[in-house]
Amino acid sequence: MSVTILYYALTAAHVMLSVAMALALLRMIRGPRAQDRVLGLDTLYVNSMLLLLTFGIGSGRTLYFEAALIIGLLGFVATVALAKFLMRGEVIE
Amino acid sequence: MSQAADLPLWAAIAVSAFLLLGSALALIGTIGLTRLPTFYERLHAPTLGTSWGTGGVVMASMIFFTVTGSRPVFHEILIGIFVTVTTPVTLMLLAQAALHRDRAEGDANVPPSATAGTGAGKEAPAAGTAD
Amino acid sequence: MSVLPYPLLSLSLVLMWMTLNSFTIGHLLLGGIIATFASWGMAALRPHKPRIRRWHLLPYLIGIVLYDIVRSNIAVVSIILAGRSHRQRSGFLAIHLDLKDQTALAILAVIVTSTPGTAWLEYNSSDGTLLIHVLDLVEEQEWTDLVKNRYERLLMEIFE
Repeated sequence: MSVTILYYALTAAHVMLSVAMALALLRMIRGPRAQDRVLGLDTLYVNSMLLLLTFGIGSGRTLYFEAALIIGLLGFVATVALAKFLMRGEVIE
Repeated sequence: MSQAADLPLWAAIAVSAFLLLGSALALIGTIGLTRLPTFYERLHAPTLGTSWGTGGVVMASMIFFTVTGSRPVFHEILIGIFVTVTTPVTLMLLAQAALHRDRAEGDANVPPSATAGTGAGKEAPAAGTAD
Repeated sequence: MSVLPYPLLSLSLVLMWMTLNSFTIGHLLLGGIIATFASWGMAALRPHKPRIRRWHLLPYLIGIVLYDIVRSNIAVVSIILAGRSHRQRSGFLAIHLDLKDQTALAILAVIVTSTPGTAWLEYNSSDGTLLIHVLDLVEEQEWTDLVKNRYERLLMEIFE
């Protein structure tokens, strides 16, 4: 019984997070300005982090947690560098 | 799904509820990202996914691994804390970059820089508190 | 220089180390050594040291912020799902802040940004004006009151 409930909830969560990633990708492609694309990238990596956490629940392994943590770390640095680039035109000054 | 067989029913319901809540909020936030008309409105949408969206999925993961592993597992809370601390920094920087770009182009919908003057050549004097 | 210049930072580093690994004596020692060196490194950078004056108000602040996040989550979800045109209803809002403490301002920025209805745009430290963007700007005075009376007054009590 609990396996069935968890299976359907996990499938629904996977579908919802995948659709969310697709929509964030759509915003990245459509723009219209550069800051919209960076915001789309930011949302994309947060959603992929959540998707990896749900994969971790599905497989019962903690390996996915570490992958999610690394995506979170690298995505944060990437967005900050891109925002800095939009503001100044340079990343390292 | 190998470990889920020995999961009691209440835990399965709690994990599913938190999972659905978190992913639904993340999805609604992203729908807002695609539907809202201006950049500054779109800036509000991803915080749905990073506040209770992340919170729900992290809670679900914590309950699942604590019950199946029969020992308290709460390293997922680090992701929650990390996302809560970093999202304001990224959104503030993006907002300042957008303001800077819009003012440089002379967009009339954006309020002028708080310091007097044109602000065209100034390198963002109010750099926020996060730097 | 004291042995542990930043006790709170060291404690949270040890806790983080042990949640990532495991709660054993060995990891307590290893994490403790790393946290000590990290706080020495932090002291070498000499950042502005925050002073928390009233500890007992912190749980109250966390409580009202969590409540506000839930409330504004519901509000923003209904705005997004309703899908009507609300271009006229969102807007910029300038608020004059009396808060000067840097840590308190950083906490205020986290609060304002993590509640989905409001976004922190710009703060001018020379004259203390803060520019925020509000998604549902029906009553300007209401949002000014929210920031000034609900958060700023509490933060000033805690930090100043």
